Amino acid sequence: MLMMITALGAGTIFGAGLALAGMLNPAKVVGFLDIFGMWDPSLGLVMAGGILVNATGHYFVIKRNHPVFDTRFDLPTSNIIDRPLLIGSAIFGIGWGLAGYCPGPVVATLLLQPADMLPFLVTLLAGAFIGRWLRS
Amino acid sequence: MEIAWAEFTPVASFAGGAMIGVAALFLMLLNGRVMGMSGILSGLLVKRPDWPWRLAFVIGVIVGPFLFMAVAGAPIERQTVMSGPLVYVAAFLVGLGTAVGSGCTSGHGICGLSRLSLRSFAAVMAFMVSAVITVALVRFFG
Repeated sequence: MLMMITALGAGTIFGAGLALAGMLNPAKVVGFLDIFGMWDPSLGLVMAGGILVNATGHYFVIKRNHPVFDTRFDLPTSNIIDRPLLIGSAIFGIGWGLAGYCPGPVVATLLLQPADMLPFLVTLLAGAFIGRWLRS
Repeated sequence: MEIAWAEFTPVASFAGGAMIGVAALFLMLLNGRVMGMSGILSGLLVKRPDWPWRLAFVIGVIVGPFLFMAVAGAPIERQTVMSGPLVYVAAFLVGLGTAVGSGCTSGHGICGLSRLSLRSFAAVMAFMVSAVITVALVRFFG
């Protein structure tokens, strides 16, 4: 129960942060990727702000033996740079560049524009389902 | 390259990014989980005992923008860049790619880079380069 409340809180901060950062506007996201046109560097500052806070905090957090409400830190164990990682990420990049949506903003705009975003999310999940099946 | 000064929002974007960093840090400190949107979402597609916190996180992400609008007292500006069936091709590729590549902008970008993960760095390079090329191709041929 506690982990649900903390996850709800973290999700809310994430969603509000995306909104403040301007990342719920696909045109702004594409503006960052459009380096040969009129380039909007904003998304770079989103990454910088996020990494600065998270990297600094993470350094201290993982010195603990375990997280506050669980017995261990569930961190990715693989450090192999393989073909699924690179090909999958490149495929994601094509979709991201086309519509200007990565998964976070898709979820965050679900009820802002449900008629558009609900079918978008369902299609995204269909892709994720097939992706998981391909990887397994 | 020309900089779109009129659209550039350095303070809001940096502050919003810092909030995203705080969210990621909270989820790691309190629950010990990586804040990757694609992984949290796709974990809901399979039968797993840890779905309650995943669903709670998703609900939070949906609610967050409404909290922002209430506090800011302003609507969220949104312009789509694409309409028609190609939007669903994009959605499908985002789902497929993040599942095969084990992460997205939040998981590999915000969390992986903060852990100095070389694997995440490679993933970020791959999706950034492919997204920039995609936008350039749409610009020249679209």
